[in-house]
Amino acid sequence: MKGIKNYLWPLALLSPALVLLLVFRFFPIAYAFLLSFQDWGIGGSKGFIGLSNYKWLLQDPFFWQSFWNTINYAIIAVPLSLIVSLFIAALLNKGLKALGLYRTIYFLPVITSMVAVSIVWKWLYDPQRGVFNYFLTTLGLSPLKWLEEPRGIIELMVGKELPYLLKGPSLALVSIAFMSVWKSMGYNIVIFLAGLKNIPDVYYEAAKIDGAGPWQTIKNVTLPLLSPTTFYVAIMTTIASLQIFAPIWLMTGPPPGGPLGRTSVVIYYLYQKGYEEYQVGYGTAIAFAFFLFVLAITIFQKTVLEKRVYYEV
Amino acid sequence: MRFKKIIGKIVIYTIVTAGALFSLLPFLWMISTSFKTQREAIQIPPTWIPKVFTLDAYKMVWTKIAFPRYIYVSFIVATFTLIGVVLTALLAAYAFSWFKFKGRETIFMSLLALMMVPVPVYVIPLFILVQYLGWIDTYYALIIPWSVNIFAIFLLRQHMRGIPKDLYEAAVIDGCGRLCFLFRIILPLIKPAVVTISIFNIIGSWNAFMWPLMVVNSNNMRPIQVGLAYFSQGESTNYPALMAASFIAILPLVILFFLAQKQIVASYAKSGLKG
Repeated sequence: MKGIKNYLWPLALLSPALVLLLVFRFFPIAYAFLLSFQDWGIGGSKGFIGLSNYKWLLQDPFFWQSFWNTINYAIIAVPLSLIVSLFIAALLNKGLKALGLYRTIYFLPVITSMVAVSIVWKWLYDPQRGVFNYFLTTLGLSPLKWLEEPRGIIELMVGKELPYLLKGPSLALVSIAFMSVWKSMGYNIVIFLAGLKNIPDVYYEAAKIDGAGPWQTIKNVTLPLLSPTTFYVAIMTTIASLQIFAPIWLMTGPPPGGPLGRTSVVIYYLYQKGYEEYQVGYGTAIAFAFFLFVLAITIFQKTVLEKRVYYEV
Repeated sequence: MRFKKIIGKIVIYTIVTAGALFSLLPFLWMISTSFKTQREAIQIPPTWIPKVFTLDAYKMVWTKIAFPRYIYVSFIVATFTLIGVVLTALLAAYAFSWFKFKGRETIFMSLLALMMVPVPVYVIPLFILVQYLGWIDTYYALIIPWSVNIFAIFLLRQHMRGIPKDLYEAAVIDGCGRLCFLFRIILPLIKPAVVTISIFNIIGSWNAFMWPLMVVNSNNMRPIQVGLAYFSQGESTNYPALMAASFIAILPLVILFFLAQKQIVASYAKSGLKG
């Protein structure tokens, strides 16, 4: 009797969560896998077609463009966000009086919606009426096209056309990355502050006794002891950047992803193919390619970068 | 030496203040513009404080567009999603931390693996499922798929495990059953964790965009962010109205943030420390 009871209780307690997870998580994931091998368009499934969706994916220039844009976006957004937030957090940690107030202000963009923020920034970036170009022209500089600029930032710096892989991300994409750094900075600052607070004072005192200067203290005490936090922030920021969607839908184009597809990212492309054009089979193949990509990056970060993380024993 | 220290402080304050202003200025610009006339909004040089103060933009957003309706939809979605997440997580975490059964660790580990799969991977088949169920343009589509959250289960389980086991015996002696024990004894003890998952959930539902964009077609069922997004496409150059609408869309969370900023910031900070 007791044995049955011991099973019934956990079963009853778990069932609401498990049923929902089976239906709305596990099933769609498994189903996505099956769909990615089918030819599925407006009229439903036309049967299994083997690896055709994946083969087409490898040859699809628009997929590769969105893939390359996504990588470029992450390469700009992640390090920039990390460096700026760590810098601000380190300064805030110097025993400032109004720490709470500063933290609140920096955190404000984190809780506001990406939609509202995108609308405001789209206007700031407007080539004719935006504030950024107003500042540039008052400073005597030439205005930029911001979100409407398809040319790569390296091209803009060099001043002439370059081959595709050397162009660098378009100014349009960099503008979006810049906005997302602004938006996510507060979150990273809060995490870094918590990490910095966790470093015991004894280490700093020991460094002082040993005659270490400020730069040496940062390099040999702060950074190594903070590395688990930095590592966590790096992984979280990377995963978030790879999934950027709302700003593309709201700020670029028309059509979104523009100009010339230079801001089309993988998730936007997936949405476009799988949902808007209802090419479900192909859309789910993009989804799995994306999943493998995220997995590969996470594993890369875990194996290569984590070696340099110093965990206190 | 002292002089050097003061200079250092001044430099630090200057940098962090500049950064804070940078964080704040887009919001101030948004609020200021929302009270301007369209003519003043695009005037060069721009003004920071409206010369002509008008509420026209708010009137337009509030009466001509279905903004009160959008807010109502989001409010319903956020409330019911929250109830679902907290209830399912409480029960499941209770099972995982207070009951021994075969396969417990296996099930828990599979859930953690499931948590690692990003939403875009399954969003299209989930959409097809919801369409098949006939849930397009209904609250079901907006609420039910998100009324369970693995991270919430995980967090509550961590907190429940720390509760001493002999509390249970004491409760049984007092005639408190297993469910009574969960809601009367455990729940008050893990209140901070419940607050944390509630905060994440309210912010998440209020700001949700991609999923509602997919499952809602009728204007009448649009949550706030989707309503705002379509509005911004239709009125892409009416800046005062756009800014007023954006301000309305962020206002409830900004108010919540100022009321509970300590808990909110602490929740986010803790979510990072675990990692």
